[in-house]
Amino acid sequence: MREIAASTISDHVAEMCEEANIYLGEEEFQALKDALETEESPTGREVLKQLIENVEIARNEQIPICQDTGFAVFFVEWGQELHLTGGTLEEAINAGVRRGYDEGYLRKSIVDDPLYDRKNTGDNTPAVIYTDIVPGDKVKIAFAPKGGGSENMSTVKMLKPSDGEDGLVDFVVNHVKAAGPNPCPPIVVGVGIGGTFDKVAVQAKKALFRPVGTPHADSRFAALEKKILNKINDLGVGPQGFGGRTFALAVHIETYPSHIASMAAAVNINCHACRHLERTL
Amino acid sequence: MEPKKIQAPLSDEDVMSLKAGDNVLINGVIYTARDAAHKKLVELMDKGESLPIDLAGQFIYYVGPTPAKPGQAIGSAGPTTSGRMDVYTPKMLDKGMKACIGKGLRSQAVKDALQQYKGLYLAAVGGAGALLSKRIKKCEVVAYPELGAEAIHRLEVEDFPATVINDAYGNDLYAEGAKEYAR
Repeated sequence: MREIAASTISDHVAEMCEEANIYLGEEEFQALKDALETEESPTGREVLKQLIENVEIARNEQIPICQDTGFAVFFVEWGQELHLTGGTLEEAINAGVRRGYDEGYLRKSIVDDPLYDRKNTGDNTPAVIYTDIVPGDKVKIAFAPKGGGSENMSTVKMLKPSDGEDGLVDFVVNHVKAAGPNPCPPIVVGVGIGGTFDKVAVQAKKALFRPVGTPHADSRFAALEKKILNKINDLGVGPQGFGGRTFALAVHIETYPSHIASMAAAVNINCHACRHLERTL
Repeated sequence: MEPKKIQAPLSDEDVMSLKAGDNVLINGVIYTARDAAHKKLVELMDKGESLPIDLAGQFIYYVGPTPAKPGQAIGSAGPTTSGRMDVYTPKMLDKGMKACIGKGLRSQAVKDALQQYKGLYLAAVGGAGALLSKRIKKCEVVAYPELGAEAIHRLEVEDFPATVINDAYGNDLYAEGAKEYAR
């Protein structure tokens, strides 16, 4: 059986924490440049210019794109023929986060007790880790630093099957409209449909890990993504909510089979700095 | 429209000369405070005790920067969501604060207080933390160092870009801007 050391996982995770927070992905950067071409509002264009310059400054001077360097969220696909040595996966990932956030001068934004003490853990741990066991002897680690401002503008609703496509579209568009300027538009909208109350939220999160603008593989859901995107942009909220055509850069849908009585739906919003990357070891 | 250069601190006349939608470049000294620092300041006000900084005429910037690397004045330093400060803002205005900088929607109580006390709410571009850090030339902690990124910092800024969202006349760029482009 192939083996991998926990310290190897930690080394990669530490690098990924720094890299994702400083270098915006090419698809995400291109989406901002495309938006500048089509934005009609002068103020909106000014915002987009600042965002593009911001991405360039971050790259050139190794400054985090945003001061909110996020909750460290991981989706791990672990090949069942791969054996981890020298520690647990959770410890390995948290050790990597601890080192990456320290050495990368990233902000530590996690408090231990959510209600009473709210004392900062000082090293941005623990991470949020989802693990799937898959065939093979490799591990794929996907990482996103998830900012609090956009995460706060996210929601879950148990729709009825009879609500249908129209009900789903209204739910997403009305929710995003109410969020308005808060999640730092132009936003990326992750939508989960189906599954249970908990599963649908994870699907919405997973949707944000797709490179911006990559459509759903099923043409019906790809068309639905486009329809929702157009409706969101017709709200006129625009970049940063100052008014304009570009409220969202993309809508990504992830589905899961549903109970006969349910149609769970979730909206997880990301800001324009839709930071994520993955490595396969 | 060319941005207007403004100098901190602000007088009532400065506030009344600005309208929602104006782009400004801020120069001078501004202070930072976010959730935890606001809570401490308002607790002092409620007890009738003096504050660690004089708020008269001042800008408060809602920001919790990343740690500065050696040689940098400050790390990434974009605005945080302002709505979390809504509950504290009228009291800050009552103590003389003239402008606050953040991003996102404010409550009606804050908008009313901006008219009552002659104040401004401005937005800096959320998520442009690297760009904004270049406009901050000096940064030092002046209160609550134990709060880390949430401590009150004194910032010296040069041409720090922001947009007036809520002015002292009751105008609201978030409402008006979206109306103009909705279809």
